[in-house]
Amino acid sequence: MSRHDKLKDLHREKETFAARTVVAACVALLLAATLSFRLFDLQVLQQTYYSTRADENRMRLSAVAPVRGLIYDRNGAVLAQNTPAFVLELVPEEVKQLDDTLQRLAKLVRLDDIDVARFKERVRKTPRYRAVPLRTNLSLEEVAKFEINRYDFDGVDVTAGLTRSYPLGDTAAHVVGYVGGITEDELRKAPEPAFRGLSQIGKVGVEKSHEDLLRGEPGAKVIEANAYGRPLRELDYQQGKPGRNLILTLDAKVQMVAEQALGDYNGAVVAINPQNGEIIALVSKPGFNPHLFGEGIDGKTYKTLLDDPNRPLYNRALQGTYPPGSTIKPFMALAGLEYEVIDANHREVCNGQMSLPGSSRKYRCWKRHGHGSLDMAAGVARSCDIYFYNVAINLGIDRIQGFLDQFGLGRATDVDLPLEKAGLLPSREWKQRMRKESWYPGETLNVGIGQGYLTVTPLQLTQITARMAMRGDGFKPHLVRATQDPISLATDAIALEPLPAIQNRHKADWETVVHAMQQVTQVQGGTAFATFKDAPYTVAGKTGSAQVAGLKQDEKVAPTQESLPMHLRDHALFIAFAPADNPQIAIGVIAEHGGHGASVAAPVARQIMDQYLLGEIRYRAPGTPAPAVAVPAAPVPAVAIPQQAAPPDAELPDTEDN
Amino acid sequence: MNPLFQPLTSSRPQQQGLADWFGRLHLDLWLMMLLASVSALGLIVLYSASGHSMPTVMNQSERLLLGLGVMAAAAQATPEMYRAIAPWFYSMATVLLILTLLLGDHAKGAQRWLDFGVVRFQPAEFMKLAMPLCVASFLHGRPLPPNVSTIAITLALIGLPTVLIAVQPDLGTALLIVAAGGFALYFGGLGYRWILGALAAIGAALPVLWTRLHDYQRQRVLTFLDPETDPLGTGYHITQSKIAIGSGGLFGKGWLNGTQAKLDFLPESHTDFIFAVYSEELGLMGVLFLIGLYLAIVGRCLYIAVRAQDTFQRLLAGALGMTFFIYIFINMGMVIGLLPVVGVPLPLVSYGGTSTVSLLAGFGMLMSIQTHRKLLAS
Repeated sequence: MSRHDKLKDLHREKETFAARTVVAACVALLLAATLSFRLFDLQVLQQTYYSTRADENRMRLSAVAPVRGLIYDRNGAVLAQNTPAFVLELVPEEVKQLDDTLQRLAKLVRLDDIDVARFKERVRKTPRYRAVPLRTNLSLEEVAKFEINRYDFDGVDVTAGLTRSYPLGDTAAHVVGYVGGITEDELRKAPEPAFRGLSQIGKVGVEKSHEDLLRGEPGAKVIEANAYGRPLRELDYQQGKPGRNLILTLDAKVQMVAEQALGDYNGAVVAINPQNGEIIALVSKPGFNPHLFGEGIDGKTYKTLLDDPNRPLYNRALQGTYPPGSTIKPFMALAGLEYEVIDANHREVCNGQMSLPGSSRKYRCWKRHGHGSLDMAAGVARSCDIYFYNVAINLGIDRIQGFLDQFGLGRATDVDLPLEKAGLLPSREWKQRMRKESWYPGETLNVGIGQGYLTVTPLQLTQITARMAMRGDGFKPHLVRATQDPISLATDAIALEPLPAIQNRHKADWETVVHAMQQVTQVQGGTAFATFKDAPYTVAGKTGSAQVAGLKQDEKVAPTQESLPMHLRDHALFIAFAPADNPQIAIGVIAEHGGHGASVAAPVARQIMDQYLLGEIRYRAPGTPAPAVAVPAAPVPAVAIPQQAAPPDAELPDTEDN
Repeated sequence: MNPLFQPLTSSRPQQQGLADWFGRLHLDLWLMMLLASVSALGLIVLYSASGHSMPTVMNQSERLLLGLGVMAAAAQATPEMYRAIAPWFYSMATVLLILTLLLGDHAKGAQRWLDFGVVRFQPAEFMKLAMPLCVASFLHGRPLPPNVSTIAITLALIGLPTVLIAVQPDLGTALLIVAAGGFALYFGGLGYRWILGALAAIGAALPVLWTRLHDYQRQRVLTFLDPETDPLGTGYHITQSKIAIGSGGLFGKGWLNGTQAKLDFLPESHTDFIFAVYSEELGLMGVLFLIGLYLAIVGRCLYIAVRAQDTFQRLLAGALGMTFFIYIFINMGMVIGLLPVVGVPLPLVSYGGTSTVSLLAGFGMLMSIQTHRKLLAS
């Protein structure tokens, strides 16, 4: 019954319901107000914060690579330039299955094994978020094929960019250098903004040493990207600042002549303008193809280059250290005059050998039966070892070291190229420190004829020749003449750096020695007379040869019977400057295993001088009717110079000269 | 049903109702207009949120039209018919839920769908309607406010399908079904002591529950409390959603100009998180307008409930209206980071099929209650 009573109280139920509805409506309004307040908080109070976050989400700041500066020779010939090219790039981080992607890509664009190999190599060396080039120089057809299918390739992109090219190929490759991919290591060391937007930087040569000038400053672009990082449109673009062009001191024509003149010999040639230190030519042979690096080299090719017994990647002109051999004799003569150990008329008698007091050890002249009696000029011109043994022993190592130090031997020249070696100018102190031994007088004799511990780089050899040419004055050798603004084309010359003059008491000594050096090329019996007898300018020079012993160059090669004689042959050297009284060019030549300085190295210098001073090569190698731009690799047939008779190598283990 | 407990209103002749079906459309003008407004707004935002996909918009339009058809049809039945079929409908829905657990398809790791070859649907959607119908009709035959046994039976009626849906697992729908049954019980006059007691019990159970949660579940809760701790992982949704809403500002970035959805930073941008797109493009003003429309719909529902003529109709109308509000509150709350993320769509705006149809069917029942009311008056 009570249940029925309650049930029938419909009015009460209705009232209860109405009250409940009011409460429910209030709760609903309260909750709606909570939502609204929260929305007000997000959309009004915190709007700035969230707007920034939204922009951060979609906007990507990416760097725009600046246009790299061009490199010209002194006459405006282009040595390094930028060529437009389509590059296929992959961002390893965004590619899910690399091998599968590469296989599918290979159906659209030509992918050689070498491309894939060097790509994989570079992927390992590059941070995962950076794009790695897979193929350069895509054809338009390949670009089109890829673009049609690009939806299938996440993390793969074709970029239109500039690649570095070297119009003269391997000419001056060691000087100009090349660019290559940035390694993790370089990225860590570099100040962060520097490499932004770039995939390649200078690795060797001027490309490396003047990287900061060539590179320019990156621009920036703001792109809108979706949540998967795909760029959709560009919101803002700021052009970077292009790198400066470089005008080198190098003369490409002279450089080519020098490279051809050296022929098949490994070696180095350096030509400097003594009046200002400008390097006119700098050759290291063998060369290499810089484009191998521009497109990214694979490990195998790189290893082949590294393991090549001829070491093509090694810049002999700066990194090779050789005994100067007889080319040091004019400097010994100068030291002798300075310390009055000799005067110009001082004579020595050469019997083909001598020994030091209290020692039975024989020191031989390269000329077995001796030169007889000669004065200083003849000692230089005919390169008598006995004469300079005497000069050296009378000077003593301390004075030799002190005097040659002024020329800069044993120190890097600080030329604007990387990896320069310092060579070695030995001293008592050095030997005590390095070898824990005292200095022996016999070692002074060896230094006196440019052997023993004394080593120089071809660049140093040329530099001391230039200082001789300038009678003690000189400039720091350099490769960049001026930098150029790529837009206004205004050039800024690079200031010359004069070196402190070499101090000596008698200025006349210079002329005495230069006169002796002229005898080498101008007097019958001078070691380079055959090469220079018809030269229409005066040349002061000196031939030399250096023992191969102690050189590590070819030790890896097992000496077969055939190769043995070649590898035991001496390095041929020649230094010269011209004209003798108003020097415009100073040259140092080293032909590895060239045998004779006179027949192999001197003609190289002659051709360079002809080209530089006369604008054409007038030199004709004996027996060669055709213009001798391409110098025969074979030794020049002997003219009537006694020194040309092959010295009996086996009998003269210490020195050989001609 | 025991005829003794039947209220007086059901004693009117059936012929009159039949005659009325032909005489009137049985549609409520206010509700129609409000629902159409929200739906139209929804389609406009959907076009933007789906990345200018006209097929998506057409698809949704078809579902809305189907839903409106179902609504119009549902409005034709009398409330008495609903009360009569309520227990059967509830039983059928429960059986289907059990079948779903036994035979259902797996989609996205949850067992929600039942496939009859021709028809494929989520039985949980039936329960959204069956639950308020069943509880309202049960309480209709009981003295109110409910005594302990009534409450116990009602809780059992609510609990069984809730558990069946929660284990699928579909926490969002389970929550809505609890809300539907719970509101019917609340409108039936459930004592406030009971309500406060239940809230206190839940509060007390929370620490115990916390210790029993899996690590990943705890992580979700922690993420909800501070989404920025893991912006790329579990907090990504909510972080991106807040960025979208906050960056909209007072007036929004303009239609089709929202970057968060267009650039795919916002996941689920055309389904559960469509409100973030709406907020980004139309701003706080647009949002307040939409909330206003929703509140107007809820208000109209409560008005219909207050004017309804018997307990069943009142409870049904009140429960449907408040459940609709809970729908909105949970969705908006999760999108703006007030509530943890549970899968509840924004009614009539989010892209999705069955929930739209079941929702509009519920409004059909409300219209039935409203339009059949006058029969008695005449």
